[in-house]
Amino acid sequence: MIGIEHYLTVAAALFVIGIFGLFLNRKNIIILLMSIELILLACNINFVAFSSYLNDLVGQVFTLFVLTVAAAEAAIGLAILVCFFRNRGTIDVEDVNVMKG
Amino acid sequence: MSVADIAFYAFALTTVAGGLFTVLSRNPVHSVLWLILAFLSSAGLFVLLGAEFIAMLLIIVYVGAVAVLFLFVVMMLDIDFAALKAEMARYMPLALLIGLVIIIQLAMAYGAWDYSTGFETRLAAPAGDVHNTAALGLLVYDKYLMLFQLAGLILLVAMIGAIVLTLRHRKDVKRQDVLAQLYRDPAKAMELKDIKPGQGL
Repeated sequence: MIGIEHYLTVAAALFVIGIFGLFLNRKNIIILLMSIELILLACNINFVAFSSYLNDLVGQVFTLFVLTVAAAEAAIGLAILVCFFRNRGTIDVEDVNVMKG
Repeated sequence: MSVADIAFYAFALTTVAGGLFTVLSRNPVHSVLWLILAFLSSAGLFVLLGAEFIAMLLIIVYVGAVAVLFLFVVMMLDIDFAALKAEMARYMPLALLIGLVIIIQLAMAYGAWDYSTGFETRLAAPAGDVHNTAALGLLVYDKYLMLFQLAGLILLVAMIGAIVLTLRHRKDVKRQDVLAQLYRDPAKAMELKDIKPGQGL
């Protein structure tokens, strides 16, 4: 019988893979954005698993909003990336400190 | 072991494998394809959990829109990915260490976690015997209408922001100027001359 722990384990594994990817691909901002998507997916799996096992639909409603924010974030992130690439000719994130902010 | 159990293990395995290869893959196009695999199999997990609407939404939004967006950007930009990947080995120990620390933290949290007493009475929206999509629709368009509208607003802002960021006015391209065409006066633009034979202008 598959319990909630199984789903939480999958979500935890996916979350750790996402964090791992953030630190592994420090320079490639495309993979960084994909890692963030993985982290959000892990959190969605947690939401839906709890929603299903507690018989409470609000978790799925919240997943809807997480999905919206993730899509918006990916679109804006890639737009900034395209902008950055046009100006600098590279997507190396370590160059982004030119503004010294 | 029932069919649902086997399906869970298959989907869970492909989800985690897809995530892992997204991060580790040398070619970013392969990364995006692995990401699509991870999303598809987690949609399968959602179906197993009885959240069909979210599962279909995941396929439409992520596989249909976000992953294709990533693919476009990866293929559109001429990037030397080999140089970016070269330093991956340098960050590997740090990444493994941080991953291990987070795994330990999560294991401790899950070990100590338990349901509080009487949680069944505090459900915000108990799922009845209505179909999942219908129940979600009733909830989103009634109780959470404001949040739903705000989510739409977020998408609008993201759309406008992406357009504004990537729009550029190219100087070297000839464009049609409609007003200039409309205000053009034929009397000034054209001149008739009566030329005598054999003289020329």
